[in-house]
Amino acid sequence: MSRKGIETLVGGFVLLGIVALVFLALKAANLSSFSGDETYTLLAKFDNIGGLKVRSPVRSAGVTVGRVESIALDPKTYQGVVRLDVKKSVQFPADSSARILTSGLLGDQYVGLEAGADEKNFAPGDTIKQTQSAVVLESLISQFLFNKAADAGSTPAAPAPATNGGKK
Amino acid sequence: MNWLAAIGRFALGSLRALGHHAFFFWELMRTLPTSLRRPYFAVAQVHALGNLSLLVILSSGLAVGFVLALQTYYALATYGAADSVGLVVNLSLVRELGPVVTALLFAGRAGTSLTAEIGLMKAGEQLAAMELMAVDPKSRVLAPRFLGGIVAMPILALLFSAIGILGAYVVGVLMIGLDAGNFWSIMENGVDVRRDLGNGIIKSIVFGVICSFVAVYQGYEAKATPEGVARATTRTVVISSLTVLMVDFVLTALMFSTR
Repeated sequence: MSRKGIETLVGGFVLLGIVALVFLALKAANLSSFSGDETYTLLAKFDNIGGLKVRSPVRSAGVTVGRVESIALDPKTYQGVVRLDVKKSVQFPADSSARILTSGLLGDQYVGLEAGADEKNFAPGDTIKQTQSAVVLESLISQFLFNKAADAGSTPAAPAPATNGGKK
Repeated sequence: MNWLAAIGRFALGSLRALGHHAFFFWELMRTLPTSLRRPYFAVAQVHALGNLSLLVILSSGLAVGFVLALQTYYALATYGAADSVGLVVNLSLVRELGPVVTALLFAGRAGTSLTAEIGLMKAGEQLAAMELMAVDPKSRVLAPRFLGGIVAMPILALLFSAIGILGAYVVGVLMIGLDAGNFWSIMENGVDVRRDLGNGIIKSIVFGVICSFVAVYQGYEAKATPEGVARATTRTVVISSLTVLMVDFVLTALMFSTR
């Protein structure tokens, strides 16, 4: 084959590779999600961040408006300090509240921002004062069990071994 | 005491082989700038190693995508998470299967041809003739093939992953009937460009270096007989496959360790 022909074929091969890379980056990965938008930083302190991770979404009314940029522990208050990157085009009133929520029963956790009614907006770098921690399933269940036990304590409970009697 | 001597001989032999590889690698690196002065030789090798491997890479990528989508669908449907099929297929392709399977196929399809070609050139005393004409066979024959392999491998791995994801789309969305919007959006949310795609590309470049180096080395060091070339070709496949699998484990442990 001629030199030109081979060079053309290799050019096509490399181009095909670039197309694959663009497809993987834009269509099949998160490069396209507002990487071009400018963002500003908000801080939020939570007693318990649960399963929140870096790059978890920040949502308001279910719409993704930002990402978690970093998570650290405040050495004085022992609270989790979550740094949020929020799109510049979305401004929140200064009394907005942040909660850690779960999408679906077993889904990923995200930060939910609920807009307040203040006339002033958050300045970049502000700390969100009203926060609500993640719900930890274990504490929820133990709370439920203690309540049950407290209820059962007032009425005579059935003897526990009786339920196991059939089995060895 | 014989067995003790055997252990010692084995250890010394392995060390010597390792040192030989290292010196050869260094020599090859030294000839790279010279061979880059005539880039056409490397381009022709990209054609021989890349373009001509397209068919086997694309068809296996498509097949792997099909099978992965079907199997993960059966498993995930049990937990009501069938929409995540695309995410699982994408992550396993981009992180692991794309680079690794491409490297294994590359060793079989392109590495063997490299070794056999260079081995036959040696057996036919073409390399010796080049040296007589004061042409360095390392920079004229070995370096372009080495470079061509390094360029071709990441491109092939990317194509493997991309066509595998398209295959998963065909099975998941067109055949099983998952929702196309969920398929793509869950994938988009779960795959990070730098962490997943970037590390996959780094992996495939490393594997490209390994596969082409092993092929070139085995061809150059082959015994100049028919059996010698045959044995060198076999060794190319075995050594590069095993090295790729081991290095992949190390790279995965380094790249995707949970903080």
